[in-house]
Amino acid sequence: MKSTGKVTGIVSNLVTVLTDGPVSQNEICYIDCGGTRLMAEVIKVNGRNAAVQVFESTRGLKNGDPVEFEDRMLEVTLGPGLLSSCYDGLQNDLTTMTGVFLKRGEYTEPLDRSKLWDFTPIAGPGDKVVAADWLGEVKEGWLPHKIMVPFSFKGEYTVKSIVPAGQYNIDRTIAVLTDESGEDVDVTMTQKWPVKVAIKAYREKPRPSRIMETGVRVIDTLNPIAEGGTGFIPGPFGCGKTVLQHAIAKQGDAEVIVMAACGERANEVVEIFTEFPELIDPHTGRHLMERTTIICNTSNMPVAAREASVYTAMTICEYYRAMGLKVLLLADSTSRWAQALREMSNRMEELPGADAFPVDLSAIISNFYARAGMVVLNNGKTGSVTFIGTVSPAGGNLKEPVTESTKKAARCFYALEQNRADKKRYPAVNPIDSYSKYLEYPEIDEYLSEKVAPGWVGMVEKTKNIIRKGREAQEQINILGDDGVPMTYHEQFWKSELVDFIILQQDAFDPVDSVTPMDRQEYMLRLVLGICDRNFDFDDFEQCRKFFNEAINLLRQMNYSEFRSADFNSYQEQLNNLISNGK
Amino acid sequence: MANKAYQRIYTQLESITKATVSLKATGVANDELATVDGRLAQVVKTKGDMVTLQIFSGTEGIPTDAQVTFLGHPPVLKVSDELSGRFFNAYGEPIDGGPEIEGEERQIGGPSVNPYKRRQPSQLIPTGIAGIDLNNTIVSGQKIPFFADPDQPYNNVMAQVALRADVDKIILGGMGLSNDDYLYFRHEFEAAGALGKIISFVNTTEEPPVERLLIPDMALTAAEYFAVDRNEKVLVLLTDMTLYADALSIVSNRMDQIPSKDSMPGSLYSDLAKIYEKAVQLPDGGSITIIAVTTLNDGDITHAIPDNTGYITEGQLYLRADPDSGKVIIDPFRSLSRLKQLVIGKQTREDHNQVMNTAVRLYSDAQNAKTKLENGFDLSDYDLRCLDFAKEYATRLLAIDVNISIDEMLDTAWELFGKYFTKAETGIRQALIDKYWPTDK
Repeated sequence: MKSTGKVTGIVSNLVTVLTDGPVSQNEICYIDCGGTRLMAEVIKVNGRNAAVQVFESTRGLKNGDPVEFEDRMLEVTLGPGLLSSCYDGLQNDLTTMTGVFLKRGEYTEPLDRSKLWDFTPIAGPGDKVVAADWLGEVKEGWLPHKIMVPFSFKGEYTVKSIVPAGQYNIDRTIAVLTDESGEDVDVTMTQKWPVKVAIKAYREKPRPSRIMETGVRVIDTLNPIAEGGTGFIPGPFGCGKTVLQHAIAKQGDAEVIVMAACGERANEVVEIFTEFPELIDPHTGRHLMERTTIICNTSNMPVAAREASVYTAMTICEYYRAMGLKVLLLADSTSRWAQALREMSNRMEELPGADAFPVDLSAIISNFYARAGMVVLNNGKTGSVTFIGTVSPAGGNLKEPVTESTKKAARCFYALEQNRADKKRYPAVNPIDSYSKYLEYPEIDEYLSEKVAPGWVGMVEKTKNIIRKGREAQEQINILGDDGVPMTYHEQFWKSELVDFIILQQDAFDPVDSVTPMDRQEYMLRLVLGICDRNFDFDDFEQCRKFFNEAINLLRQMNYSEFRSADFNSYQEQLNNLISNGK
Repeated sequence: MANKAYQRIYTQLESITKATVSLKATGVANDELATVDGRLAQVVKTKGDMVTLQIFSGTEGIPTDAQVTFLGHPPVLKVSDELSGRFFNAYGEPIDGGPEIEGEERQIGGPSVNPYKRRQPSQLIPTGIAGIDLNNTIVSGQKIPFFADPDQPYNNVMAQVALRADVDKIILGGMGLSNDDYLYFRHEFEAAGALGKIISFVNTTEEPPVERLLIPDMALTAAEYFAVDRNEKVLVLLTDMTLYADALSIVSNRMDQIPSKDSMPGSLYSDLAKIYEKAVQLPDGGSITIIAVTTLNDGDITHAIPDNTGYITEGQLYLRADPDSGKVIIDPFRSLSRLKQLVIGKQTREDHNQVMNTAVRLYSDAQNAKTKLENGFDLSDYDLRCLDFAKEYATRLLAIDVNISIDEMLDTAWELFGKYFTKAETGIRQALIDKYWPTDK
C-alpha cells in the first residue's frame, strides 16, 4: 500500500508534505499540480511531515495539492540502447521529447521498447548464477552488451530456461531463474537500479594497476591517471577546462564514455551533439557517439535534478563495468552539483558549514568518488570506471570547500592555471602543483617500466625537476636582469622552456598534435631529456636563446608531423645538426 | 480580470518586513501574484495557512489591515507585434504615454529550451568595433557581458553595438538605470530612427530595487515571442546585472536565508544562469543573443557576481582606459569570446585568425617592453618598435570609437605589421604573407 499526502508548505522547490503512512528517505513521489505530475524526492522526514525536493518548477503549486509516494528510490533503467543516448538528469530521453521547450511533467522512456536486439545466450539451463552473472549478450553498436542477472537478486539461482539465439525486444523474458526456495523469476534484458546505491555485484576491488591513456601529454607523461582511477580538474573560467575534458572524452582509451554535463552551458552540450557524431574514435575507428552516453542537466534546467544527474551517470557506468568493460565518466562540473546541495540545505534551514555549503559536503563527495574503480567480476574478468570531474572554484581560489573536499577524494589533481592560460600555454595544467598519486604505486611503476620504458617514473620525476629548476632560474633572471645572472641560469631556464613547449603544451585543435600515443610520448620525452642532459657552453644568453628557439621550433614541427614520417625524420635530422653544430 | 469572481480579499497581515508581508490565506499557488494595498506582490513561501508575499515596490507605509487580493496567476506579459517601439516599466506597463498592448498573455520566466533542440550558433554579428569583431567576434545565440568599472562608458558602447548589429529586434532591459542613462538610450534609439525595432523594459534608480527582478524575465519573454513565434534574430541588452544581483541579495536577506560568498544568495549561479541561458540559436532560424553589463568593484573579478557570470557566459569583454592612446579600449588580453572560432575564417577572411593572434602577441611584447622600461632595463630596437605599434594598434583598432568593416580591420592590422615589423617577426604563415603583406613598403 503506497502512502499518500498533501502539500503543506512551499519555498521554491522545497515542498513539505503531510503524509498518511510510512515514507522512506530518498523515496520518490509525484505531486499533482493542476493535472501535471511533478516528480520529487524525500530528503528529510520529521514526524508525519516529509520535506521533498521537486525536480521541476513549483510554479502554481498549492497547499493541499495531493501527493503520491512511489515506494521506491530514484532509479535508472538499464539495458541495451543506453549508448548514443542523450538523457536529462532523471534519465528522460531528450531526443524523443516534443516541442522546443522542456515541458514540466513530461517524462519520456529511456530505452526504445520496440527495438529488436540480436541475442546470444551465454548461460545454459542448470547453470548456477548470482546477481550480475552474464546470461547472454547482444551487440550494441560494436560492443558486446551483456545481459546480466539483475543486480537486485539476492542469493543463488538456477537457470531454468533461456531463449535460443534470436531477435527480442527488451521487455521479452529471455530467461527463467529458480531461486533457492524453488520459486521461478522471469528475467528480461532490462532492469532498474536506485542511483544513489553503488552496484557492488563483483568479487573484489583491487588497487588500480594500469594506466588509462588519454593522448594528452601533460596527463599521460607527467601525471598519468590509472584505469579505474579518479582525478579532478579545478580551474577558473577561461582556462580551458571544457576543451581539456572534451579532448579526454574524444581520445580516452575507454570502451564506454559517459559525459555528465551538470549545471554547465547548454551550448557546450550542443557542441558535443554537433561534433561527436562526426568524430572517429582513434582506438576503434568507430564513430565516437556510438560509445558515448550524454547526461545533460544544463545550468538552466531544474537545480534538484543536477544532483540526480551525476548519480544517474555513475550508475550507468557501473552497469557497463559489470560487463567487463573499460568505462570513463566525465562530470562537468561537480561544483554545480555542490551548489545544488547548498541551495537545498539552505532552504531546509540547516546549520551551514564553510561558505554556506552543507557540513557533510566532504563525505558526499568522497562517497561519490569511491564508486569509481577497477573491479574483478564474479567470472574473474575485470572492468573499470575511471572518473574525472571538473571543479569550478569561486574566484579561481583553490582554497574553497568543493576543491578541498575533492582533493581529499581524488587521486589525480590537474590544476589549471590562469597565468598559463593568459600566455596561451595550453593545456594550462600547472606542471608543479598537479600530481598523480598513482606514480607512487609500485604496481603502476612496474606497469610503466614494462609497457613504456624501464625506469620511466624516474624519467618523469627528472622532467618535473627540470621545470622546477627552470622556474627558480626565471625568478632570478627577473630580479637580477639578463646580465646579472650566470649563464647556467639562462641554460636552466631555457631547458625548462623546451620541456614546456614540447611536452606540456599541446594543440587540441591540430589533427596530429592533439593525440599523442604513449610510444610517441616516450620517444619525444627521451629526445627532450637528451638535450636537457647536455651541458652547453654558450658565450652569451643571446646565443643560448637563439639555440633553444631553434630547437623548440624544430621539435614543434615534429609534434605537428605524423610520427616517423618523412617530414618528421627531416626535422629530426635538422635538430641533430643543430645540436652537434650548435655547441 | 477574468477570474474576478473567485478572488478572495484578505485584510489581516500577520507580519511585515522591509520587502515581505505574511498573512493567513488558503488556496494560494506558488509564484502567484497578489496586490497588497494596490502594490504588486508575489507569493514566495507558503507554510500551512501562512503565506509570505514579496512586495516589489517595498513595504513602506503598508498597514496591518492592508487589503490583499490574489490574482490567480504568476507575472505575465502581453505579447504581440505591438510591443515594437514601446517603453515599459518592470511590470510590462507602458511608460511612454502610449496605449496598452493587446496580445496573448504569457507567463514570464517560462521553461528552458530542450538542449537537444538547440542548434550550434553560427551567424556572425558585426558591430564595427574592432576590439569585438576582430579579437572577440560575437555570434548570434551567444551570451556575453561587458565587465566594466562604473566610470566607463559601457552604456554608450552597448547602444552603439545594438544600433549597428544586424538584427531584427533589440530589447533593452534596464535595471537601476539612472534617469539620464534612460533618456540617453531613448534619445540614441530615436536619433538612429531605429525605434521601430526596439522594445525597452526600464527600471530606473528612482524606482524600488526589488522591481528590477522582473526586468530580465520581461525582456526575455518578449525576446522569446519574436525569436520563437516570429523566427527573428533578437538582441537583448541587459544593464546592469550587478544591480540585479544586488536586488537578489536584498530579497534573500529579508527572507532570512544564509548568505554565501560576498553576501550573495547561495542560488546566485542558478539565478543568473536561468537568465543568460535564454540565449539560444533555435532550429527554425530565430535566435536570442544577450549582451549584458556587469559593473565591477575596482576591477575585482573574483567577486561573486562577475565570477559566477564568467562561468555562465560565453566569454567577457573588458573595457579599460588605455593611457598610451588616451582612449577607452577593449582589453585584448582578458577579453574572450568563446564562440568566435565558429565564425572566424569561415564567415570572415582566411587571414583573420593569424592576424588576430599575431597582433595580440605583438601587443603583449609591447607590454613586456613597458615592464622592462619601468624596471630600468635598456630597450632594444624591437622593444621600441613594439611600443610604437602598440600605441597605433590601440588607437586605430582597440578603441571603442572605431567603426569599420572586418576586412578594413584586417587591412589596418597588415598595414601596421608592415610599418613596424619584418615578415619574420610576425611569424605569419608564408602563404598569407605573400597574399596580404602591404606592397608599398
